[in-house]
Amino acid sequence: MMLALLQAAAEASPAAHPLAGTVAEYVWMLPLLPLLGFVINGLLSIVPAYHAGPEDVSHDPEAGHTDMAHEEAYEAEATTFHRRWNALSSVVGPLVVGIAFVLAAAIFLAMRAAGPSLETAGAFVRTYGSWMPAGELRINWGLQLDQLSMLMTLIITGVGTLIHLFSIGYMRTDPGYSRYFAYLNLFVCFMLVLVLGGSYPVLFVGWEGVGLCSYLLIGFWFSDESNANAGKKAFIVNRVGDFGFLVAMFLLWANLGTLDYAGVDAAATRLVANGALVTAICLFLFLGCAGKSAQLPLYIWLPDAMAGPTPVSALIHAATMVTAGVYLIARSGALFALAPFASLLVALTGALTALFAATIGLKQWDIKKVLAYSTVSQLGYMFVAAGVGAYSAAVFHLATHAFFKALLFLGAGSVIYALHEAYHHTHREEDAQDMRNMGGLRRHMPVTWALMWAATLAIAGVPVFSGFFSKDQILGAVYGAARHSAIGELRLLGIPGSAILYGIYVLGLVTALITAIYMTRMMLYTFHGANRTGEGERPHLHEAPWIMTGPLAVLGVLTVFGGWLNLPAVLHALGPEALLDRWLAPVVARASATLAGGEVAHLSHATEYALIGAAVAVSVLGIGFAVVRYRGPLLAKREAEAAETGLGAAVRQAYYVDRGIGRYLVEPTIALSRKVLWRGLDVGLIDGVIVNGSAALMRGVAWAGARIQTGNVGNYAWIVAVGALVVIGAVAFR
Amino acid sequence: MIAEALFFSAILFTIGVVGVLTRRNALIIFMCVELMLNAVNLSFVALSKMHGAALGQVFVVFVMTVAAAEAAVGLAIVIAVYRHFGTVELQNINLLRG
Repeated sequence: MMLALLQAAAEASPAAHPLAGTVAEYVWMLPLLPLLGFVINGLLSIVPAYHAGPEDVSHDPEAGHTDMAHEEAYEAEATTFHRRWNALSSVVGPLVVGIAFVLAAAIFLAMRAAGPSLETAGAFVRTYGSWMPAGELRINWGLQLDQLSMLMTLIITGVGTLIHLFSIGYMRTDPGYSRYFAYLNLFVCFMLVLVLGGSYPVLFVGWEGVGLCSYLLIGFWFSDESNANAGKKAFIVNRVGDFGFLVAMFLLWANLGTLDYAGVDAAATRLVANGALVTAICLFLFLGCAGKSAQLPLYIWLPDAMAGPTPVSALIHAATMVTAGVYLIARSGALFALAPFASLLVALTGALTALFAATIGLKQWDIKKVLAYSTVSQLGYMFVAAGVGAYSAAVFHLATHAFFKALLFLGAGSVIYALHEAYHHTHREEDAQDMRNMGGLRRHMPVTWALMWAATLAIAGVPVFSGFFSKDQILGAVYGAARHSAIGELRLLGIPGSAILYGIYVLGLVTALITAIYMTRMMLYTFHGANRTGEGERPHLHEAPWIMTGPLAVLGVLTVFGGWLNLPAVLHALGPEALLDRWLAPVVARASATLAGGEVAHLSHATEYALIGAAVAVSVLGIGFAVVRYRGPLLAKREAEAAETGLGAAVRQAYYVDRGIGRYLVEPTIALSRKVLWRGLDVGLIDGVIVNGSAALMRGVAWAGARIQTGNVGNYAWIVAVGALVVIGAVAFR
Repeated sequence: MIAEALFFSAILFTIGVVGVLTRRNALIIFMCVELMLNAVNLSFVALSKMHGAALGQVFVVFVMTVAAAEAAVGLAIVIAVYRHFGTVELQNINLLRG
C-alpha cells in the first residue's frame, strides 16, 4: 500500500502540477549558471599562467638590456595581461549569479501566480537522469522546487550577487582574482544544488561541494601556512559531521527504502513515533548539521575559517553555507516531528552554543573573530527555533541573519580594506583586523559606519530592525513550546521538558543581552573614540569605493526592513502579518503542529507584549551597559594588556577549547600516527617485514641455490648419478 | 649364457660410472663414457641373441655411430679446453660456479 502511495505521489506531481510549463521548468539552469561562471573563471585563472615568460624577453638579441629591465618589462606585461583578464572575471563572476537571481525571482513570481493551488500540489520535482541505480536503490539527479527551497535560492543568489559585486572592489589587487571568482561561483553552484536537490543524496552532493569550496576559500591565501591549516581544520571537523549525515542516510535507506524527500515524508509514518530508530536517524542528521552549522562541539572550525578573504566569510561562513544545517532540519521536519527527544536535544544544543559563543565574542580583538563567534551564536538561535518545531521562525532568522550578518562582514571587510590600504601606504606591518588599531573610523568612513550600526541594532534586537522580529519570534516560540508542546511533555534526566524549554528561553534572553554588549563593544572600538591607527596612516583612511558601498547599502535596506517578511500578529498595524509563515506553511506546518502537540500554541496578546518587552529591555540594557563600560578604555590610545586571571582569561582563550582539543585529541592522534602507524606499522611491519623481509628471504634462498652451482663437472655428474639411482630405485621398488 | 653376458655388462657399466665420477682428467672421463656405451652395447647384443630378434643389433649399430660422432665432438671440446686453460684437469675448470 505504501508503495502505491509513493508511486501515486511521484506520478501525480509532474502531471498536474500548477508549475508545469511555467518558467519553473528552467530550474535546472539555476545551478548550471554559476557552474558556467566557474568554468570560465577557472580557465581564466589557468590561462595567464602559460603566457610568455621572462625567458622569451631575454632571447631579444638587442644588447643593453639588464636583467632588471627584463624583470620590469615582464612584470608590466604580466600586469596588463592580468588586468585584461580580471576585467572579464569581474563581469562573468557576478553576472552569472545575477542572472540566476533574476531567474529565481521569475520562478518565485510564477509560484506566487500559481496561488493556493500550489499549497496542495506539493513540491515541483523534475528528474534529469539516473545517478545510482543499484538493486532496489534508485537515486536520480532530481531537483525539487517548493516554498522552502525557493526562499533559500532567493537568499543565496540575492545575497550572493551583492557579495560578488563587493568582491570586485575588495579583491581588486589580488593576484588570484580569477581563481577567487571561480571558487565563489562554484560555491554558489553547489549551494543551489544543496537547496534544490530533490533527495538526501543530491543534497549531500551540494553539502560536500560547499564544504570543498569553503576549504578552498579559507585557504585561498595558502602560501601562509596558518591559512592552509585553517582550511584543513574546517574540512576535517566537517568530516565528523558528515559521518553522522551518512549514517542517517544509511538508516533511512535501510528502514524506509527511499531517500527522496517526497518518499521519506510519505514513508515516515511507518516509523514508530518516539522510537529509538527515528530518534537515532534525527540525532545522526543533527550531527551533520552541527558540523556544517558550527554547533557545539563541532563549532571550532568556524572562528579559524576567518582566515579566508572577508567577502568569503560573509557569503559562506555567515549568510549561506553555515545555515545549511538549519535548512536540513527544516527539510527533515517530518522525521523530527516523530522524535521530540531529538528535537529537544537540538534546541538545547542550540541554546548552549548561542550562550557559549556569545560570551567568547565579548573578549575578542580581531573584528572578524567577533563576527565569527556571533555567527555561531546566531546559528544557535536558529537551532533553538528548529528544535522546538518553529521551522518558519528558524528560516526567518536564517533570512534576516543572512542580511545583517552579510552586512556586518562586508562592513568589516570595508574597514579592513581601508586599514590595509593605509598601512600599505606607509609600509608598516600592522594587523588590519585588530580593533585595537581602529577607533574613530566614523569620521573617515561614514557610510560604512551608519550601515554597520543598522546591522548591529538588528542583531542586538532593537525594534523595527529585522533581527528584532526574527529573534522575538524564536523566543516567543520557545516560550509557547514550554507552555504546551510534545517536547514539553518529555523528561530528560528526570527534568521535565517544559522546564528545560523555560531554561532555554532564559538562555536565549541572556544571549540576547550578551549579543547586544559585544556587538556594541565592537562598534565602539571600531568607529568611536580616538583613532589608534597611527599618525602616518590617518590621512590615508578613506571610505571604500562605490562598488563596495553599493552592495552594503542594499543589504542595509534589507537589514532594516527585513522584518516585514514576517510581522508578528500583534504588530499587524505595521503591515501584512506572517507572510513568511504562510509562505512556508505547506512545507513545515504539519511537522510544526505535530511537535507542538496538535496545534501551535497561540500566546495571548498580553503575553506577547510581555515577551517583546523583555527582549527589547534586554537589548537596550546590553547596548547601554556596553556604552558605559567601554567609554573609558576607548580614550586610551592602546589598552594596556593587563594580565587576566580566572574566568576572564578563560573567555579570552575561548575557554581553552582549541588548546584542549589540541592536547587531548590532536596530539595523541599525531603521536599515535607517528609512533604506531608510521614507525611501527608502516616502517616496521610493511617496509621492514613485508617489503624488505621478502627481499631478504629471496636473497637467502638465492645464496643457498648458488652454493649448489659449483661449476665443477664432477659434482654435476654425481648429482646425475644419484638422481638416476633414485629414479631407478623408485621404479624398481614401486 | 645370457646371465654371464648381462653380469659382465653390468660390471663394465659400473666401472664406467665409477670412472666418470672419480677421475679428474677429461680424457679418462671420456674413455669411461665410451666404456658405459659399450657395456650397453653388450647387453643389447646378448638380449638380441636371447630373443632371436635383430632389433637389438640394429640399435648397437646406431649407438656405435652416435658414439663415433660424439667422440669427434667431445675430443674437439677437450682440445679447445686444453688450448684455453692449458690443462684438462676438470677440478680446475669451474667458471660456472654460482
